[in-house]
Amino acid sequence: MNIQELYQCTDDFLEKLGCEEKSLIAVLQAIQEKFSYLPREVFPYLSRKMGLSEATIYGVATFYENFSLEAKGKYVIKVCDGTACHVRKSVPILNKLREELGLSEQQKTTPDQLFTVETVSCLGACGLAPALTVNGEVHPAMTPDKAVELIAELRREA
Amino acid sequence: MMDRIETREQLQQLREACMAAARKETRKILVCAGTGCVSGGSLDIYAALKAKMEERNIPCEVELAMDPHDDVVGLKKSGCHGFCEMGPLVRIEPQGWLFTKVRLSDVDEIIDSAIVRGEPVERLAYHQNGVIYEKQEEIPFYQKQTRKVLEHCGHIDADSLLEYLSIGGYQSFEKALFDMQPAEIVKEIADSGLRGRGGGGFPAGTKWSQVARQKATPKYIVCNGDEGDPGAFMDRSIMEGDPHRMIEGMMIAGVACGASEGYIYVRAEYPMAVARLRNAIERAEKLGLLGDNILGTDFSFHMHINRGAGAFVCGEGSALTASIEGKRGMPRVKPPRTVEHGLFDRPTVLNNVETFANVASIVKDGAAAFCKVGTPTSSGTKAFALTGNIQNTGLIEVPMGTTLREVVFGVGGGIRGGKKFKAVQIGGPSGGCLTSEHLDLPLDFDSLKKAGAIIGSGGLVVMDEDTCMVEVARFFMNFTQNESCGKCVPCREGTKRMLEILERIVAGKGQEGDIELLEELADTITNTALCGLGKTAANPVVSTIKYFRSEYEAHIRDKRCPAGACARLKRFSIDPEKCKGCSKCARNCPVNAISGEIRKPFVIDAAKCIKCGACITNCAFGAVREE
Repeated sequence: MNIQELYQCTDDFLEKLGCEEKSLIAVLQAIQEKFSYLPREVFPYLSRKMGLSEATIYGVATFYENFSLEAKGKYVIKVCDGTACHVRKSVPILNKLREELGLSEQQKTTPDQLFTVETVSCLGACGLAPALTVNGEVHPAMTPDKAVELIAELRREA
Repeated sequence: MMDRIETREQLQQLREACMAAARKETRKILVCAGTGCVSGGSLDIYAALKAKMEERNIPCEVELAMDPHDDVVGLKKSGCHGFCEMGPLVRIEPQGWLFTKVRLSDVDEIIDSAIVRGEPVERLAYHQNGVIYEKQEEIPFYQKQTRKVLEHCGHIDADSLLEYLSIGGYQSFEKALFDMQPAEIVKEIADSGLRGRGGGGFPAGTKWSQVARQKATPKYIVCNGDEGDPGAFMDRSIMEGDPHRMIEGMMIAGVACGASEGYIYVRAEYPMAVARLRNAIERAEKLGLLGDNILGTDFSFHMHINRGAGAFVCGEGSALTASIEGKRGMPRVKPPRTVEHGLFDRPTVLNNVETFANVASIVKDGAAAFCKVGTPTSSGTKAFALTGNIQNTGLIEVPMGTTLREVVFGVGGGIRGGKKFKAVQIGGPSGGCLTSEHLDLPLDFDSLKKAGAIIGSGGLVVMDEDTCMVEVARFFMNFTQNESCGKCVPCREGTKRMLEILERIVAGKGQEGDIELLEELADTITNTALCGLGKTAANPVVSTIKYFRSEYEAHIRDKRCPAGACARLKRFSIDPEKCKGCSKCARNCPVNAISGEIRKPFVIDAAKCIKCGACITNCAFGAVREE
């Protein structure tokens, strides 16, 4: 990522969404969607542009689960662990994925930056439980074996 | 798209034209484009249907055609039917046939049979106990429901404002704007007894009248679409399937309370709902139904969408408004309440999606008609997301006061795989569980409160005999603990301590006195936490202790999980009769807990065993027992 590009994009988002405090979350979401995470350089820059302290912006960014301060993998896999998925055995799927990719609760992204494995508390796709998403696309009725197949498929595609 | 409409007459003319067009468009194929069916590939099916129909020169229209030629077939993307388990779903009109689990390879047959010959495709119809149900309305799952709020979900093109007009859309808004005084609208809502569908059950009419009374301006109408309860997707389906219905409800609230700005706060996990709402607002703006001086009056209404960023606590009113203001979503001490000091510190009507979706029909048909359904203190219907170990997973709507038995065994078709019913968890992480002794309990706000549960937003997770209730309590506490915003000590520290105790119990390290300690903590948190999230955090624990105390005791005293679900409490042993002494289990054991001589029965050292189950999966003779 090039720093000038980051500033340029941020300016565009501020122009479109506004510089007031109420736009902060939307601006952070736009930056994250573009770069897949919030690069740390964005905090002092936004602070100057929006007239908010860096601490305020950092506070918002770390409060909400969806913001990440670390770069994510090419494929972001979110395993649903909502109640419906949980009672239909979503945990074994999560464990299998972590085992397959050598990840853990702490380490969420593979060193080759290909996969990120996270949990999400509910996708609202309870009728398809247990479900997971790959870059936002829902995969229904998963099993640990299907999850392994999915990884293999994504590896071939990458 | 049409020109902007400036007067009431123009709106009525347009609606008439849409109704006439819809009457002519008798033959329709509706492909479900809800989140569930889309992930099953319904958009590909839609594209294939379109391509094949064009290839075969069958005239089809994807938008409501205002000057339809005869024989045209409407091909629409509809919202969610609620029967997600059977998806992708395709509905054929005028016959009302519902095709289930449709695949790409079925497209030709659907066109040949249903469209060209006018015959159903029996193979794709829903089957239950050997009976084939061709028509959607005849399927027991639907037959036993009363669909009012979800009436049009799945039956209209969710992206089309014209289709919404063709079913009488924005008629109630028109009535509210031209034929009623604001006070009359508020009175109608109050008389209907409509109570907040988001969980609190607070009377909507009271809220509206309090905001209408306020002198401070501007006032705001906020819709809470932050449906964070795990296992709930009622609001998602309404936003995706009938977005204008909810928007109309918000606009009526605007007229009634004198507000000209509306905010919809939607979870970021619902991208499709966000897209449909954006599209709906854009189309309404173009047509002049949203914006300044609507239909030539001095009423203006502007609508904004805010996407959540993954914080469950933002479902709480004051946290939600803080989040819209761009701040950390933390609740504040009340009073002052949202009706006085809400969004941007101004008077605010904050209601949930389903609540707003009820408004239009109350204004149109009157409070008396609304009260005919439901119970005296809980009028109307309620949508529930029926999930878990149940036969028919899906979104349902039944009159308030329907019994749990009717929902689980009637609409839901009973427990999956012939297992025994154990409990339902109702109201998500703030709710409680109901057991077989509650099967005849009517589901309404007051009866549930008495039983120690809440209707909540309507998540209803069914659990069978294999579900461990202590583990369920741990699951919810883990969720709440994660989502605690950290502002007040009872919630931040208390939920953490409760979670630690529950984790200890399911790991087989429970101690005497743990149950009492949990109860004491629960009591303190409930009485001292700042907001609804904290005050209700202990509910799942309290209610599982109340109804399943013996399960807690078995975990703590006997180190045994009666449901056989807690992995750490399982015991593995080798049946010497069946063991051939091949040593495969020993070689696959990651901790070398299995030993023995070749061709003689092996044994597992319980002290070393980590209960991973590798021996079971590797034994070719089924000699490893698990208890």
